Amino acid sequence: MSSPGGTEHDTWPLWEVFVRASRGLSHLHAGSLHAPDAELALRNARDLYTRRNEGVSIWVVPSSEITTSDPDEKDAFFESPKGKRYRHASYYTEAEGVKHL
Amino acid sequence: MAKNTPSFALSEQEALARFDEIIAADERIEPSDWMPDAYRKTLIRQISQHAHSEIIGMQPEGNWITRAPSLKRKAILMAKVQDEAGHGLYLYSAAQTLGIGRDQMTEDLISGKAKYSSIFNYHTPTWADIGSIGWLVDGAAICNQVPLCRASYGPYGRAMVRICKEESFHQRQGFEILLHLSRGSKAQHDMAQESVNRWYAPALMMFGPPDAQSPNSAQSMAWKIKRFSNDDLRQRFVDMIVPQSEVLGLTLPDRAIRWNEKRGHFDYGDLDWDEFNEVLKGRGPANSIRLERRKQAHDDGAWVREAAAAYAARENKEAMAS
Repeated sequence: MSSPGGTEHDTWPLWEVFVRASRGLSHLHAGSLHAPDAELALRNARDLYTRRNEGVSIWVVPSSEITTSDPDEKDAFFESPKGKRYRHASYYTEAEGVKHL
Repeated sequence: MAKNTPSFALSEQEALARFDEIIAADERIEPSDWMPDAYRKTLIRQISQHAHSEIIGMQPEGNWITRAPSLKRKAILMAKVQDEAGHGLYLYSAAQTLGIGRDQMTEDLISGKAKYSSIFNYHTPTWADIGSIGWLVDGAAICNQVPLCRASYGPYGRAMVRICKEESFHQRQGFEILLHLSRGSKAQHDMAQESVNRWYAPALMMFGPPDAQSPNSAQSMAWKIKRFSNDDLRQRFVDMIVPQSEVLGLTLPDRAIRWNEKRGHFDYGDLDWDEFNEVLKGRGPANSIRLERRKQAHDDGAWVREAAAAYAARENKEAMAS
């Protein structure tokens, strides 16, 4: 497990920025930035990531607060769904040609 | 791959094999993946240099904001210079994912240890230079940057996608400035031509030395950081700007330019690489001014950074106490 970015001893901590492009969509990761506190992180995020109307809402999260899965464990960690094609509708072919199914 | 890999750290050999596999499959390397030290170092050098170029690049244009000839041009130029600042920040963030601190990068720039693009060490004495920077300098930058959107390092590629989207307005506004001057009075036309005469060769040199003299290129291409050679990109740029200069009604200061039917490209003349190396070594027209200005801005901002950090610390303490 590790956090992205926030291992440095810079003057200001690192924040991850999430932007909602328009109502009805999820907030998506846009990038990161430095700021002394949450309020300035929000303002900096507005200036940095929404100069061309890219968003209607912003989240900022301290990078050090994010926990990520271990990339080296990738195969084992994501093992469970593999080989379980029956979890997809495309697995069921016998209904081919039947309407509204 | 449905291998049943146990969850312990891979040996270095296995990690390298996995890295090579990802590169070969044209997939992306992400920050927490294992990567060879040399790959990490190359990326830190390239991305931080790129970031520094954006930040230093604000200066030659910024000095025209108050003197731009109309409110519209002032607003456009401000938006453009603000974009350059933004591009610098996207790239610093990308470099940071490789383990270098922001403060360290700033220090390396100010101390002269880190490099930035030589093009920003030229002066901008006339308004037409703002046109030439947009058309030629940003045009060359776009040629370089579009293939970087597919760079093998994920955060770098993503930063470049965002930058390329924004950069196209920069090139067009520069072209428009030159077009208006070229179609204006004789004095305006001459100003545009004189400016293009000065920027043409330095813009072509932005692609870096000829392939035969570019020692790091082969490795960067093998790692898929770089996708095309310096000379290939330079040729692509020449092929673009020759017809564009005709639309502008301006000439390019290179008598060797002519269409080569056989190659299917425009030929162009030799460039003065001694000049390029001089500027690179810090002996260009404006090297010391650019660094001095950056250092001064950094020093002048010190109290703001400290005050904001102190305020945040106090707020945190109060929040904890209550």
